[in-house]
Amino acid sequence: MIGWLDTIVQGLLLGGLYALFAAGLSLAFGIMRLVNIAHGDFIILAAYLGIAIAEPFGINPFLCLLVVVPAMAAIGYVLQRGVLNATLGQDILPPLLVTFGLSIIIQNLLTEIFSADSRGLNAGDIEIASIPVGGGIAVGVLPLLVLVTAIAVIVGLQLLFTRTAIGRAFRATSDDPVTAELMGIDARHIYGLAMALAMAIVGIAGVYLAIRTSINPTIGPARLLYAFEAVIIGGLGSLWGTLAGGMLLGVAQTVGFRLDPGWGILAGHLTFLAVLVFRPNGLFPKTRDR
Amino acid sequence: MSLVSTHGLTAFYGDFQALFGIDFSVEAGETVAIIGSNGAGKSTFLRTLTGLIASPAAAIRFDGREIGALAAHRIVAEGLAMVPEGRRLFPSLSVEENLAIGAYSRRKGPWTLERIFTLFPILKERRRHPGTALSGGQQQMVAIGRALMSNPKLLLCDEISLGLAPVVIRDIYDALPGIKAEGTSVVVVEQDVGQAMQVADRLYCFQEGRVSLEGVPSELSRERISAAYFGV
Repeated sequence: MIGWLDTIVQGLLLGGLYALFAAGLSLAFGIMRLVNIAHGDFIILAAYLGIAIAEPFGINPFLCLLVVVPAMAAIGYVLQRGVLNATLGQDILPPLLVTFGLSIIIQNLLTEIFSADSRGLNAGDIEIASIPVGGGIAVGVLPLLVLVTAIAVIVGLQLLFTRTAIGRAFRATSDDPVTAELMGIDARHIYGLAMALAMAIVGIAGVYLAIRTSINPTIGPARLLYAFEAVIIGGLGSLWGTLAGGMLLGVAQTVGFRLDPGWGILAGHLTFLAVLVFRPNGLFPKTRDR
Repeated sequence: MSLVSTHGLTAFYGDFQALFGIDFSVEAGETVAIIGSNGAGKSTFLRTLTGLIASPAAAIRFDGREIGALAAHRIVAEGLAMVPEGRRLFPSLSVEENLAIGAYSRRKGPWTLERIFTLFPILKERRRHPGTALSGGQQQMVAIGRALMSNPKLLLCDEISLGLAPVVIRDIYDALPGIKAEGTSVVVVEQDVGQAMQVADRLYCFQEGRVSLEGVPSELSRERISAAYFGV
């Protein structure tokens, strides 16, 4: 019994990482209806950025967030203004094709520079530290930190959107970019900022991923899939839904792994399919017609 | 010198030419009405003034500057605001947030949230509601208030009476003197000729992308107006 409880707790913690994967994707889709196929590869890019900074200089991986997050944000802004804004319009295909191309480019660049060997970030003792929570269950400090970060990111985004002038501009532009222009809002700049924000979160997710597990340049698309599943399970446009979706996916995977080590990922996908069948709009749909 | 003027302004939707050489001007403090039937180019003209449709820099002068080539979001900051046709409130923003977003360009001036609530008291009660949950007339008040929040020198109103009951239209037009009292010039685009003649100091009639008539309402006969309106 305790074993199962432990499995669920570990699944919830894993869900924190998936929620971090998904938050950036959800943000970009929510504000500019842009599906970023390269999202997972950007997570891996951020992870390698962290490795490239932390390894040669022996810097603590958490400190390299101070460089990776702003760097990813800058990449996001330039990418949006320079490339992706040109793909936005009535047709949803151009952004899909362009980001699919970016996905291939990033994977090949990373393989060229870092080779196909598995790499990771070493954060020292914190990786194996744990807190006993009673009943024979212990919570890893690192997974807990990831989950707390995911919650903080989502609370932060929620506050940004509802309490600040720039958040209002994000929502207004998402509703109606043409009328937003009439209010003095530069929609292209807003889109740039939205992608910068999404990529900043990708930066955090990438570094955490590299601390938690070993990575190689080709695992991006699977991260994209988990992010997608978390967003869809939670319901499009709902940030809290994304967190819940990530956690449900995490629990499904750890439960699957416990039943049979070969079933973990499949259990996640099956859960996703079940949600699609029974709640096609996700668990916490935002009932807003556009 | 006019507050806004255009000389030979043209506008295109792709290959389709919608405006053929519009000469138009508004003096400071003036209220000007544009009338005309569907498809005469009234809305296109307003969209060109606000920068939503591109035009050459010199085609539009506003407050002594050539603004034709500016992007729409820069023109607001120059002091030219529009109440778009169909109101176009932001559905995910509350009434208060819709008004607040009007002040995004941070132009200084007399209009604040409190002043808008004085002009349209009903909006104060409804400030927490989603903008789109209001009645048509109240939504129009929000749209006008939102435009005023940018403290414009010139307010463009596109078909603000469309689809509203006569009593509601009166309520909305009753706000006009309060707006003019702040020195704001106003351009109203109207299909309702009677309404336009009542409020306007001067009137333009558009027909098939051209100005077919211009003058002071009291000096224009019904016959001349209907000839210009219908092109008979």
